[in-house]
Amino acid sequence: MTTTVELADALIVGSGYGGAIPAFYLAAGGAKVVILERGPQLSANDFVHDMKLGSYTRYLDIVVGDGISVVAGNCVGGGSVVNFAAALRAPSFVFNRVGSQGVRQWPASISRSTLDPWYDLSELTLPVAKQTWNDVSYAGGVFAAACDHAGRTANPVPLAVDMSKCTNCGWQLNGCRFNAKRSMILNYLPAATALGAKIRPMHEVQSLAPATTSGYRYRVNYNVVNPDGTVASSSAIEAKVVVLAAGALGTPVILQRSAATLGTMPFAVGKFFSSNGDHLSSFVVNEDKVASYLGLHRDANTAYQASFIGKSVGTMSYDGLDPSKAEFLRYSLQQLYFAPLSNTLVKATAGAPGWFGVDKKAMRHDWKSWLTVLAMTEDDNEGGFGPPPPTGTYSRITAGLVQNSLQYRPTANTIRGWTAADTELATIMTRGGLATQVNDWTFDVLGTVTTHPLSSARMGDNANLSALDQYNELRGFPGIFVTDGSAVPTSLCVNPSLTIAALANRAVPGIILRARGAGASVRYTAQTPDGSTAEQATIMALPEVQRATA
Amino acid sequence: MGSFVHGGLSRRRAVQAGIIATGGAVGLGIVLPIADAATTTAPGTIAPAALDQATTLTLEAYADTVVPGEKRTPDDITIAGVAPGPSAVVAGALDVLQMPEVGLATSLPGLAMLLNGQAAGYAAQAGLALDPNLPPFVALPFPHRVALTVSLTTPGRPDHPYWVLLATLISWAFDTGGAQHTTEALSTGHAGLAWIGFPAPNADGIWRFPQFSYRRQLAKPSPRTTRSGSPA
Repeated sequence: MTTTVELADALIVGSGYGGAIPAFYLAAGGAKVVILERGPQLSANDFVHDMKLGSYTRYLDIVVGDGISVVAGNCVGGGSVVNFAAALRAPSFVFNRVGSQGVRQWPASISRSTLDPWYDLSELTLPVAKQTWNDVSYAGGVFAAACDHAGRTANPVPLAVDMSKCTNCGWQLNGCRFNAKRSMILNYLPAATALGAKIRPMHEVQSLAPATTSGYRYRVNYNVVNPDGTVASSSAIEAKVVVLAAGALGTPVILQRSAATLGTMPFAVGKFFSSNGDHLSSFVVNEDKVASYLGLHRDANTAYQASFIGKSVGTMSYDGLDPSKAEFLRYSLQQLYFAPLSNTLVKATAGAPGWFGVDKKAMRHDWKSWLTVLAMTEDDNEGGFGPPPPTGTYSRITAGLVQNSLQYRPTANTIRGWTAADTELATIMTRGGLATQVNDWTFDVLGTVTTHPLSSARMGDNANLSALDQYNELRGFPGIFVTDGSAVPTSLCVNPSLTIAALANRAVPGIILRARGAGASVRYTAQTPDGSTAEQATIMALPEVQRATA
Repeated sequence: MGSFVHGGLSRRRAVQAGIIATGGAVGLGIVLPIADAATTTAPGTIAPAALDQATTLTLEAYADTVVPGEKRTPDDITIAGVAPGPSAVVAGALDVLQMPEVGLATSLPGLAMLLNGQAAGYAAQAGLALDPNLPPFVALPFPHRVALTVSLTTPGRPDHPYWVLLATLISWAFDTGGAQHTTEALSTGHAGLAWIGFPAPNADGIWRFPQFSYRRQLAKPSPRTTRSGSPA
């Protein structure tokens, strides 16, 4: 019996930063590209200003593991749609981390200076805007002023946001209905589809297997899923190269399941997961002290009362990113605003019950005076995945909540970093009576909470500690690449999206090299989605490109 | 957090099965209702049946423990009346728990029974005599409801997922008005959104804040800042 199967030069799994960027360059170079995305395809008007369960939960989930929970996007554009668009380069020391194993965690070929050209390209193409002090929210202003009064520095955070379109609505977690947030659905994905790439929403990849068609390397098995998660149909595509970018919670699960058909996976698949060291605190600021101590006034009657107003990320302090400090003790502190969805996790008191009960109820009455700060620290890559579920990458609990097999038990190293960040934050915020107590979010409900899952199929030079080589290719499986947060070897001490974008950009020449090796007619161009060639000469001279085009 | 779900079942069915399986594993001797396939529906299809009185009373008492508030009437038995302002009960906690999208409705009687079993055990250990005419959790004085809930929501217990799931949904009812569209919740005076002071939208039901910034430099930037604004 002869069966026909759909063929593509490049099959991309996922449409966030890690999927959209390679998809664009492969399409621009002439390859036949298909993108399979698990979630729905949405546009500005679909991003609701609404907290009704069943509305925003179409495309946003809290993924609950054992000891950890992750806030994740689930739609075309992936995390870029629901994130807060902070676009930061990782500090130089991050690339030299040795972790608790005492071994360099990053490939020797990647440092801040070798990645800087790829950061340049990513900033140009999103593009990234520097917030001015006129762009910074009231909450960002209070945090910056508090840092200043405590003798610290604070910076407005660069954002992938069009400042002229931003209405400072406070609903950034729900996606941007004003097309101000420069997510993948506004840059790389439309450019890729204009060049012929096909995006297939509601297509959930299950596993990879050897291809059966001559000249093609891998068969990608997928289910078409209904909005309620049930399976409508199943099929497969065969491709010369496969780019896995299903997110740090999706990619390792697909690889785990593929072991049955492809053979033993590298040891590091599904291991060494990092939470980016994310550690959140929320507290009430004293309105009188905002006026009298910080000298801030919104108007004649109001000092602050604006927790919910403005861009979700305003200001941050880099003071803790001190390269002279010991590993695990370096961190940034970033002011941000989370929707009331996360109010559950905020503690009114350090002791029990803390996150619920009478004191918490009273704290809720001051919600407009809340301030939330995210510490991004150096964790110990201590997370790992259990066996995959029968299909997909998680099981649904209820609207907005799904469960996966990830386990995370913070080590003493990670906890030391959190404690150092907590102590510094309390010093800044209690000075002058600005806050009476500063508590981190509870671990009782959802464990460690992160919006930045990383490292679950990471790059590296050591074959025992990394699943990918220095060019993002899966060890032992030529033509399979991982370009999402899974590939990032360690926590970054800043928001990861720009680093994921830079690494995905850097991986593209190698992916194209492999596609050509399987007979695909494709070449690398360093053009950008808007047609700019400003960085082209610089990029074409980089060693990653020279290797692939020689 | 432990496991909510077990493999080999459809996802929403698995939630029900997980509750049943772990309830048995805890060894409490409480039989939870097995959700019938015909009543375990996809989101937005069939409205759940009304809850029995004991389940309603028990879940109201748990909701008031998570977000406590004022009694509705002087003889209110589920709301303890220990905090000013609205309880999660009047902010729609049971509405959220019964939403088809939440998919938990058929498990609520079993969860209430499990909670009452825990309350009875707690009372016996503490030497408390409870009103036999009330579900045990409802009969607990408020400080004991809190103490038991602290114990139930401490990670490590096999039944921990149930109590934090219920508490999360109850909190979402209060903080987000999750059973209603937000514009509708605000226009009808949702008690939780009013308590936290959630702002009103513009006339078109969309939020925009033309005034959002102090518009002045409020700190010196880090000396380790590079050209695009990132740390060095």
